Amino acid sequence: MNALELSDVRKIYTMGDGSEVVALDQASLTVADDEIVALIGPSGSGKTTLCSIAGGILSPTEGRIVIAGEDISDYGDKQLTKFRQESIGFVFQSVNLIPFLNAKENLTVVDELGRRTGKAAQQRADQLLDELGLGDRRKNLPSQLSGGQRQRVAIGRALMNDPKLVLFDEPTSALDTELGEQVMELIRTEMKRRGTSAIVVTHDERITQYCDRSVHISDGRLAA
Amino acid sequence: MARPVRDGHRDLANVALFGYELAPDQVPPPPADGQVYADDVLKADGVEEGMTILLGPARTPVEVIGFVSDTSFNGQGGLWASEATWRSTLAANRPDARLADGVWQALVVRGDDMVDRIDAATSGATDSYTVTDAVNAIPGVEEQQGTFNQIIGVTIAVALVVIGLFFALLTVERLNLYGVLKALGASSRTIFGGLMVQAVVVTLIASAIAGALVVLLDLIIAPGSIPIFVSPSSILSSTALLLLAAAAGCSFSLRRVLKVDPASAIGTMS
Repeated sequence: MNALELSDVRKIYTMGDGSEVVALDQASLTVADDEIVALIGPSGSGKTTLCSIAGGILSPTEGRIVIAGEDISDYGDKQLTKFRQESIGFVFQSVNLIPFLNAKENLTVVDELGRRTGKAAQQRADQLLDELGLGDRRKNLPSQLSGGQRQRVAIGRALMNDPKLVLFDEPTSALDTELGEQVMELIRTEMKRRGTSAIVVTHDERITQYCDRSVHISDGRLAA
Repeated sequence: MARPVRDGHRDLANVALFGYELAPDQVPPPPADGQVYADDVLKADGVEEGMTILLGPARTPVEVIGFVSDTSFNGQGGLWASEATWRSTLAANRPDARLADGVWQALVVRGDDMVDRIDAATSGATDSYTVTDAVNAIPGVEEQQGTFNQIIGVTIAVALVVIGLFFALLTVERLNLYGVLKALGASSRTIFGGLMVQAVVVTLIASAIAGALVVLLDLIIAPGSIPIFVSPSSILSSTALLLLAAAAGCSFSLRRVLKVDPASAIGTMS
């Protein structure tokens, strides 16, 4: 079963003056199980829109979205919220950890957003932090962690709900070259180890070597 | 007016002398002639047990043999004496207000629903009140209560605005964070619920500190210095009102929380 199937997806924004902007035009993309796809494009090309639609944050104007066999094309806001809670992992551009929670709490907060599992979530957070090499940092606040460590906590948070698909939004843009390469290596290792699919949104061609495949986007259109 | 014989905090104090046969709940049976029970608000004026104080222009001496609580009359400390002491003091100091033997200013009748029945039985020759109505009929009592209620009301209104602004600012500051939480699968209800819990917990902690300070101040400040009666129920009702104000103030942030777009978490460097 494919992790993601986008078929002829269009997203049109209506502006304040009534004009329409096509952010995504007839986009079709399939991400296989265990596959890491780099989505490359300049600013304003539509990669953020595609990432938001693939992650169940935005609804498309037209087209079909199937994630791990579940068709979410016609889901309403509440259904999408629940779907994201259970099936999608996000790593944001600026990491966006909760500043007043420590590393472990930043992971367990995911459990508290939905149906709580309590002790199981605590154990999973401990396990993920150990696997990500942060076992001795679980009590540290984000401000007490380095950029690379914060990025690892964000990866751990994305994996807390055992997602079917993880979306990485410019994961290396705030890091220097060496740290960026380390983080990409870590992302590849962790995704492959778990057999989890991922889309890595970037404008940096250098990180494509860590992905299985690259897809380019320009003016809302995809080109393999 | 009374003048403590020994050196006190003040030479003169306002008092109201009651002569009684049937003791009110918090007052013992009538003392011997020439003796009185004093309300403990008079302690602030230097009145002590065993002290002889002089009443009125005739300087009628009475000995304080004990204290009672919550019997002030119109801001004046109550003195509770036998009928004979009251009549002789009244005659000596207020000859114009002297009453014939057997004539009383007020009769207390104990029982339920007596007010209308008494006035009906006397064909309107009496004016009967319940205890609460009688207290409120004392000049100035309702005005004083109204003033304090207005102060409490304004305090609650200010608390509502302050808490509302506080949480509105907190929400604005954290909009980006709420966008991230929504992207991760938090519903508006979860986020707003968290804000509400935060408001309630902060208010409860603040109320506990304020309540403890009120009790402490009440213990430190001499009775009668401030015309406020602190009771657990008044502290609890104030806390309940503040909690309501916190919940109402916090709910001003609901619209902003609902409007947070989870898509704002993606593609921003903020």
